[in-house]
Amino acid sequence: MYVAVKGGEKAIDAAHRLLADRRRGDRDVPALSLEQIAGQLGLAVDRVMAEGSLFDPELAALAVKQSRGDLIEAIFLLRAYRTTLSRFGYARPVDTAAMLIERRISATFKDLPGGQLLGSTFDYTHRLLDPALATDEAVDAPDHRAGDGAATPRVTDLLGDEGLIEPDAKGGAEPGDLTRISPEFPMDRDLRLQALARGDEGWLLALGYSTQRGYGRTHPFVGEIRIGEVEIEIDMPGLDFPVVAGRIRLTECQMVNQFKGSAKEPPQFTRGYGLVFGQSERKAMAMALVDRALRARDFGEDVVAPAQDEEFVIAHCDNVQATGFVEHLKLPHYVDFQAELQLVRAMRAEWASAPEDERREAAE
Amino acid sequence: MNTPSIAAYNFAYLDEQTKRMIRRAILKAIAIPGYQTPFASREMPMPYGWGTGGVQVTASIIGPDDVLKVIDQGADDTTNAVSIRKFFAKVANVAVTTRTGEATIVQTRHRIPEEPLSEGQILVYQVPIPEPLRFLEPRETETRTMHALEEYGLMHVKLYEDIARHGHIATTYDYPVKVEGRYVMDPSPTPKFDNPKMHMSKALQLFGAGREKRIYAVPPYSRVVSLDFDDHPFEPQTFDKPCAMCGAESVYLDEVILDDRGGRMFVCSDTDHCETRRAKGHRGELAGEIPEAAQ
Amino acid sequence: MPARSEFAAGFADPVRDSQTVFRAVMDAMAHPGRIVGVAPELTPPTPLTATSGAIVLCLCDSDTRLWIDDNSPPAVSEWLGFQTGAPLTGNPAEAAFALVLDGEASPSLGQFCLGTQEYPDRSTTLVMQVQSLTGGAPLRLTGPGIDGSTTIAPVGLPRDFLTHWAENRARFPRGVDVILCAPDSVVGLPRSVSLSPERV
Repeated sequence: MYVAVKGGEKAIDAAHRLLADRRRGDRDVPALSLEQIAGQLGLAVDRVMAEGSLFDPELAALAVKQSRGDLIEAIFLLRAYRTTLSRFGYARPVDTAAMLIERRISATFKDLPGGQLLGSTFDYTHRLLDPALATDEAVDAPDHRAGDGAATPRVTDLLGDEGLIEPDAKGGAEPGDLTRISPEFPMDRDLRLQALARGDEGWLLALGYSTQRGYGRTHPFVGEIRIGEVEIEIDMPGLDFPVVAGRIRLTECQMVNQFKGSAKEPPQFTRGYGLVFGQSERKAMAMALVDRALRARDFGEDVVAPAQDEEFVIAHCDNVQATGFVEHLKLPHYVDFQAELQLVRAMRAEWASAPEDERREAAE
Repeated sequence: MNTPSIAAYNFAYLDEQTKRMIRRAILKAIAIPGYQTPFASREMPMPYGWGTGGVQVTASIIGPDDVLKVIDQGADDTTNAVSIRKFFAKVANVAVTTRTGEATIVQTRHRIPEEPLSEGQILVYQVPIPEPLRFLEPRETETRTMHALEEYGLMHVKLYEDIARHGHIATTYDYPVKVEGRYVMDPSPTPKFDNPKMHMSKALQLFGAGREKRIYAVPPYSRVVSLDFDDHPFEPQTFDKPCAMCGAESVYLDEVILDDRGGRMFVCSDTDHCETRRAKGHRGELAGEIPEAAQ
Repeated sequence: MPARSEFAAGFADPVRDSQTVFRAVMDAMAHPGRIVGVAPELTPPTPLTATSGAIVLCLCDSDTRLWIDDNSPPAVSEWLGFQTGAPLTGNPAEAAFALVLDGEASPSLGQFCLGTQEYPDRSTTLVMQVQSLTGGAPLRLTGPGIDGSTTIAPVGLPRDFLTHWAENRARFPRGVDVILCAPDSVVGLPRSVSLSPERV
């Protein structure tokens, strides 16, 4: 006698117990601490904060641990927590010109005020696996440079002084917030940038790369990449100065792209912008390339390449949405499949009973 | 450390501001039957595509006096249904049931219960792609204009091309309907077998698409007509055999593969309907006695 | 916990009360013409009733522009502003919600926000106080949510309401939605319903 499959609840509980076991792994090996993850896998934690859209290294480290290192799963965990947090206020725009700079490079000028500062980078490392890292060998302390207090103006500001680059977007307008509205297309640049900042690094990387290979070419130069901490300032009722709520680390990329001019305006460079939580040059640069490509309409450029197609780029850049929908295909679909089975069987039966010449006609 | 704990979440998980936003969207959706109302969908603690829209709708309407039933593929015991039911039992502390007739809210994926719903009941559908025109026109900017202008020719062309190519309308689920003579609407991926149940239903039908950020509704006693042609009228699926377990006819059946020698049986997709019938003594050809699971 | 003055008193249990009021309003909108009880424990400043006050509390917040009757006493807008944080607007055409304290003095429906053909949901929902939902001239309702037809007989509707409602109906899918509020019950009038005088 047939008994319908039962016990979904028990199966789920057992699966989750097994997951916990696999996550912990060999009990003779010490468990990872959140400090270890945040301290030694810092770039993984940064990516989770950036795409999880919540700056909290400790929670991000927890998410990395809980997800067994599956970063998109970790991003999802952080997002699902973030969405339940109540909002106490809105910060002022961060001032990246006042950043405490850890790394700053420009590809457009050999030297410039504030100088080039390599900081901690994989650049120029030879990608040779280092056996020393397999053990806990002592690591030398880094050199420290005393800050000279000199300002580090942004390259785009230096270019802007001469009018060589389009001015930054006019401030003052209240930026939108994708997490509080249902987005509609066409979309303003503020919302696009928010979507890109939360967007999947791999998606942006591939799209940015495609613009370099001719699919919406923009002739980019890295005006500047800077990484460091900025202050988060909040206006409090009753105080006429902002209160510093804390500091966050950011990576900013100002991409300088080929010029535009018109009857009204002389030629000038155009901008692409990337800003990401934590340290992630790859993401910030890719974001800047895609931002510029998506501004095609603003500059009267033909929209011919995927990276210029706003609805295509923005609607598919969120990896939490993407992974959910792709992975939902593993949920049961047998009711719909049954409907398809019936139709295919009916069509095959009609085909089998039809004379040869009718079949040929139907196939044409 | 500020570790998130379930105790820190609001009743029914969502914060009150989010619920207000969703509630406003629900009221507009009811006022404009079949129209996809945009809403600021939130991340939920289950993946997009796994019912986040339905869960947000249910979380926004549910109260402590409700009795919730959750089905997936018509069954209460499918893993995703179990998971969502557990979620609400945990965050909203509501009573849950598998009995269609006892539920005040039924959240569903891919089926409408066989037992006709009654007045006061609410059926909440989980919707993956709310836009019926999406597979004909991927751009939201275009489909929005089509709905605005009531320009649905493309859909008829698609259905007619099916007939020309296959001799049939090749849409067997997600079969488009027209609501109250105005909006073409996606009924969610229910088999077209269930489409007639939507027409003049006594229950309120709410549809939530979380990833796509849309809510739509069919009020009770509303006209819901499956698109068709005079020479190719809409035909829901029919099955040759009754349910092998309870003997029910005119219900939707799952095909179960019994062995690797072509052995097959067909049983009710609606597990509650099947169990209720068997409890009343109905027997199909393969059910000699009441299985333990149904007791 | 600070003592709550009568002025400040909102819902005693905001989560539960909001849910109860919402379900009643949803029921009313899904069954146009049905008289649905809404009698929360709430003491808003007069002439705002507990019923219509509760509906505004349940649905409005800082994301919804609220329009209130021109001749409404300041205490009402102060109370609603405090309770909901909803920004007030003097322009009915940009209101997400409109609170009409005196139905008979309401602006015509066409003056409110009607939504667009692309986004018909972006229209005003009117919370309209009337004296009573029974005892007036009977009106026949048909449309989605109604099994055949039903009848209401409210007292205190705006003048020419039937004409304005017919115009509203003709704009579908654009148009306003109305929640008629008597002191302890409501009737929903979504834009999808048709109204006509009941032939006796």
